[in-house]
Amino acid sequence: MFSVCTDPSVLSAPAWFACYLTTGKLMMFYGSFGVVLLLLAITAPAALLFGFAAAAAARSPFVPLSWAGKAYIAIVRGVPDIAFFLFFVIALDQGFEWVRHKIKCPDWDQPIRQGNDFVVCAAAKLPLSTSPQWVHETYGFFLAVLTFAIVFGAFAGNVLFGAMRAVPRAQMETAEAYGMSHRQTFWRILVPQMWVYALPGLSNLWMVLIKATPLLFLLGVEDIVYWARELGGAKTARFTDYPHGDWRMWYFLALLIFYLAFTKLSEVVLSRIMRRLSHGQATAAGEAQRRTAGGPA
Amino acid sequence: MSCWVTVQDYALRSLGFGERLLPRGDFTLCQQFTLIGSGMIWNVYFGLLALVTGFFLATALAVGKNSANPWLRKPAEWFIFVFRGSPLFIQFFFAYFLFLSLKGLSPFFSPFTSAWLGALVVLFFNTAAYSGEIFYGALLSIPRGDLEAADAYGFSGWSKFRKITWPTMLRLAWPAYTNEAIFLFHATTLVFFSGFPALQQRGDALYYANYFADKTFNPFIPYPILAVYFILLTLTVVGLFGWVNRRLNRHLPTERRTRMRIRPNLLR
Repeated sequence: MFSVCTDPSVLSAPAWFACYLTTGKLMMFYGSFGVVLLLLAITAPAALLFGFAAAAAARSPFVPLSWAGKAYIAIVRGVPDIAFFLFFVIALDQGFEWVRHKIKCPDWDQPIRQGNDFVVCAAAKLPLSTSPQWVHETYGFFLAVLTFAIVFGAFAGNVLFGAMRAVPRAQMETAEAYGMSHRQTFWRILVPQMWVYALPGLSNLWMVLIKATPLLFLLGVEDIVYWARELGGAKTARFTDYPHGDWRMWYFLALLIFYLAFTKLSEVVLSRIMRRLSHGQATAAGEAQRRTAGGPA
Repeated sequence: MSCWVTVQDYALRSLGFGERLLPRGDFTLCQQFTLIGSGMIWNVYFGLLALVTGFFLATALAVGKNSANPWLRKPAEWFIFVFRGSPLFIQFFFAYFLFLSLKGLSPFFSPFTSAWLGALVVLFFNTAAYSGEIFYGALLSIPRGDLEAADAYGFSGWSKFRKITWPTMLRLAWPAYTNEAIFLFHATTLVFFSGFPALQQRGDALYYANYFADKTFNPFIPYPILAVYFILLTLTVVGLFGWVNRRLNRHLPTERRTRMRIRPNLLR
């Protein structure tokens, strides 16, 4: 990057590091932090949406819908999440290909599962074998996002379902007494009030989501863990201008510090949001705020 | 080949006994059940040992974090922060490469580079940090009246801690601690995906489930089998911890007992 970097073998240590840390490979590594942030930015709202749908379904007066919602929320408990990650990535991929196969190749007569193979017609392959590399990578990332959203959606559904039940009954009864319909009570009374009860659970979930991002590596995405392993391994002078020993330990130390800083920052921000949301609410935190502000005991 | 023969061949495969070669093709349900079950030995081993050893460190950490002396408080706070604030997956990777470089310095560290010890150490520290935070929260919520009554009866120092503070702390923390235990058993599935090598394909339950899913390209059989095993394990943990919970609360009238709410925390 800098002009002095043309012959790294003669540089002093600080200059060598300045050059090393700005090589193209390292730029890919920094870029992969962006991948993690992108994953969080897409997954968090998607999981919240899935969770909201699940919680709303679980409360539904229509019994099969309520069962479906409760089953979705319950299914991720009791089984390690990582098993779900590994499962959904293949299952979703095969599910998509199967559906496309049924639509695009209706006159295909061979079975799809042949022994240990999963065979669909060429037109149904996802992504198509002719597509460029970036399509394959984006598809992989998309599958990972969907997997995260499904698994974390169930967790969020659990939190939101609890929060909906925590809203005081009297609020709902008052709304009904005013003649609001079931739908109106839900959207105008329940949903605006549930967030303060949901926030502790949701902030916990956010922390957990941050700490789940390294699992992207298991889903086959080139994320920070992939690059840390790749770049940290010992390099000899034959293959690179910057030979070094096994630095994987230091790379993972850097990742550890990155995550610590990230979770700490989130903690500070979330506690601020909680303070603001508790303002004027009939909860213990809201009551404490009112007292310190000099309100009547 | 009957199922019994398969069980004889593979039931202890994860420990290195029995048939060396894993099945290659025409996987039967029996093979999948046996091998994944065999892998569960490792999950139980890691979970159980980390839980038992972690319990003591967790108590020490909680007391340390609650201490007025900064020389005790600060290290406990930092320990808990580091292990709770970073992903377990990264901790495994870091620990593995750390042990790998320490091995170069001293042969003492060579057993730490294999999963049975290295991963166990990480899980031990990790669960100690999480349970330490739970115990610390419980220490803070011990009713003041209990401690004042203990003072009034002349308890002090170690005997006050042993007879009053510690049992009350455990009683208050127990439901949350049950969740932590369940969650720790789930976390053990990460071990063989995070640097620690599965020597001669001796892995845990998820390792074998993943092996079958890769070979058959069919995730719909091995992962549900794994799920069945883990649900059984979770139920066992819930049962055992429920028994301890009843014992811890046996002196209380029924309506004041802390109810167990099973709410496994997610991932770490």
